[in-house]
Amino acid sequence: MPTNVIMPQMGESVAEGTVTKWLKKVGDRVERDEPLFEISTDKVDAEIPSPASGTLAKILVKESETVEVNTVVAVIDGEGAAAAAAPPAAPAKAAKPAAGPEVAAAVTAPPKPEAAPPVTPAPGGRAAAPPSAGEKVRSSPLVRRIAREHNVDVAQIPGTGQGGRVSKKDILAYLAQAGPSRAAVPVSDVERKRAPAPAAPRMVFSGPTETVAMTPMRRQIAEHMAVSKRTSAHVTTVFEIEMSKVVEMRERSAAEFERRNGLKLTYTPFFFRAAVEAIKEFPILNSSVEGTNIVYRRDVNVGVAVALETGLIVPVIKNADEKNFLGIARAVEDLAGRARTKRLSVEEVQGGTFTLTNPGVFGSLFGTPIIHQPQVAILGVGAIEKRAVIRHDAIAIRPMVYLALTFDHRIIDGAVADQFMGRIKSVLENWDEPVL
Amino acid sequence: MPVMTYLDAIRQGIWEEMERDPSVFLLGEDIGAYGGAFKVTAGMLEKFGAERVIDTPISESAIVGAAVGAALMGMRPVAEMQFMDFISCGFDQIVNMAAKIHYRWGAKVPLVIRGPAGAGVHGGPFHSQSNEMWFVHTPGLKVVVPATAYDAKGLIKAAIRDDNPVLYFEHKFLYRRIKDDVPEEDYTVAIGQARIAREGSDLTLITYGAMVWAALEAADTLAKEGVSVEVVDLRSLLPYDEQTVLASVRKTNKVLLLHEDTRTGGMAGELAALIAETSFEDLDGPIVRVTAPDTPVPFSPPLEEYFLPNAQKVAEAARKLAAY
Repeated sequence: MPTNVIMPQMGESVAEGTVTKWLKKVGDRVERDEPLFEISTDKVDAEIPSPASGTLAKILVKESETVEVNTVVAVIDGEGAAAAAAPPAAPAKAAKPAAGPEVAAAVTAPPKPEAAPPVTPAPGGRAAAPPSAGEKVRSSPLVRRIAREHNVDVAQIPGTGQGGRVSKKDILAYLAQAGPSRAAVPVSDVERKRAPAPAAPRMVFSGPTETVAMTPMRRQIAEHMAVSKRTSAHVTTVFEIEMSKVVEMRERSAAEFERRNGLKLTYTPFFFRAAVEAIKEFPILNSSVEGTNIVYRRDVNVGVAVALETGLIVPVIKNADEKNFLGIARAVEDLAGRARTKRLSVEEVQGGTFTLTNPGVFGSLFGTPIIHQPQVAILGVGAIEKRAVIRHDAIAIRPMVYLALTFDHRIIDGAVADQFMGRIKSVLENWDEPVL
Repeated sequence: MPVMTYLDAIRQGIWEEMERDPSVFLLGEDIGAYGGAFKVTAGMLEKFGAERVIDTPISESAIVGAAVGAALMGMRPVAEMQFMDFISCGFDQIVNMAAKIHYRWGAKVPLVIRGPAGAGVHGGPFHSQSNEMWFVHTPGLKVVVPATAYDAKGLIKAAIRDDNPVLYFEHKFLYRRIKDDVPEEDYTVAIGQARIAREGSDLTLITYGAMVWAALEAADTLAKEGVSVEVVDLRSLLPYDEQTVLASVRKTNKVLLLHEDTRTGGMAGELAALIAETSFEDLDGPIVRVTAPDTPVPFSPPLEEYFLPNAQKVAEAARKLAAY
């Protein structure tokens, strides 16, 4: 009995996903719950387990192709009675270890046809603003052809057809409005005239180029970064901190720590602990801006930025203030590891209240990180290195680090931010918490 | 230019061809002394004599078979089906003989089979069919369906002069209801050429036969609502005028296909396929069909009215498509 494999729904608002990698070839034997393919969605990257045992009969969606949720992406030929008899009990349980409960619902039944769009025009006959990015824009073959010929983005055109569809009339009106020289002008120019938000500058390329579509994750990062820069009043303050005590503590305890816990002792939990201590004293660093209100968030959920080959993801350690050193070390190790193998669930990347990022691992002295909205601060950790410093009017060699805090100056003043950093500095320079 | 009825235009066309060419002759049931069930051939027996206006037994197979034989011998027979519904009795002679002969032997079969088709006169299931598609699906035949008096005359003359078997579908509802200007001088309407019955810019309504009039009425209604409808009258179904159809589609970018014939396997399906294949990127909306449902023509007048497309149904569909 063949089983359809479908694009799972990774979170309520996610409408589509990109198959980033097939882990099996057509004809390969695949076991139930064995990783079958990797996907990338607006919210999360994940490895999807096979819904059934059998032979991978067909791959219907190629790598780097983006399809709507519930689209059949592959077909598995089952092993007759055994495979057919197995499914009823298990789907939810089956998918869980790999990618969280949301995946589970997705891998079973054949896809349901989407509900038919309403056929009656919107009241007043006129549709609202153009759909936001990512939403599918309804048009027609003709409109898409005209758009291609004139190099315009259909998503920019207000649609007045049924259900907001962009019709011939709409695109012709759009082109007429844009002026007679329209055909020769790239899209970005028109957008600049029409859109309130500043558009990218007009690009003139000389020489050969290669155009590559952004992955959903990259689109999402791009949008988040730009939105954050527009939203918050970013200011970055940098502190230089001596790490002698921390380094000494780590070197003294590393071997035993690893022996006892099966974990490498890294510097991350030290910074983490210091940040959490400082947040307790300056809770405004753990807040959000909502209109004209400051919303203090009781939970301290600290995200840790993890660099991936294809982008960046920020898994969140919930209630970080309630965890001891080992608990944090374990959580960081676990989440970072699963981020790199694309096994995070949606909940694990949501709900952060403060973020820690570590450009130091790549050698950066310090960065000026961008705030992860709707948070109001992000702490960047530079590289720890030995530097010549002045101690008691003599030149001394000490392990040093630059910590950079980017904060939202709308609600956090420089004095507060620097006191917060002073607290972190004090915790790290006077480290006395045993790590074992 | 004299104004005449659709029926008189057919009659005049045949008359003129009888006068022009002595090889043209008529055969059919009650076409002589009685002048035909609808009087299309009235007066012809008196004018042209019993050798050229032949009353036959009630056997469509015999009528068509005799006509095919005469055509092969160099005559130009015009066979009448008293109702086009009865043509099925002569089906084998048409599709297996008349349609294939040229392909088998290279011989000409200059034969016209004409008769009344269509509903709207409470004729019931055996006197109301639009069965043109049986023949449109038969290579080797030509099929024409005039909607106006002008075309009725021009097409019957063209059919008689054509060296292929031509099926000429008259719409009985139009016989005495339609009147228009018909020139006195000799003219023909080329088979395979459609006509723009009304120019428009917002959507194209393609149809033929009696439905041309429903289309024009619907176009009037929509014009008052600010929607400009172009009406294409196909006139010929086999061969049909791809160029005119596609030019109009490319002009308005929306298409509504209309016929009195039932839906499945109808001309609209054929046109929809042509348009989708060749002009997909010219479409600004779905290709929409308005047709009779897939049932026999009902006898009950209210049911027949429900069955037949009309201007209101067409306007409703056109309105939706225009707003799409």
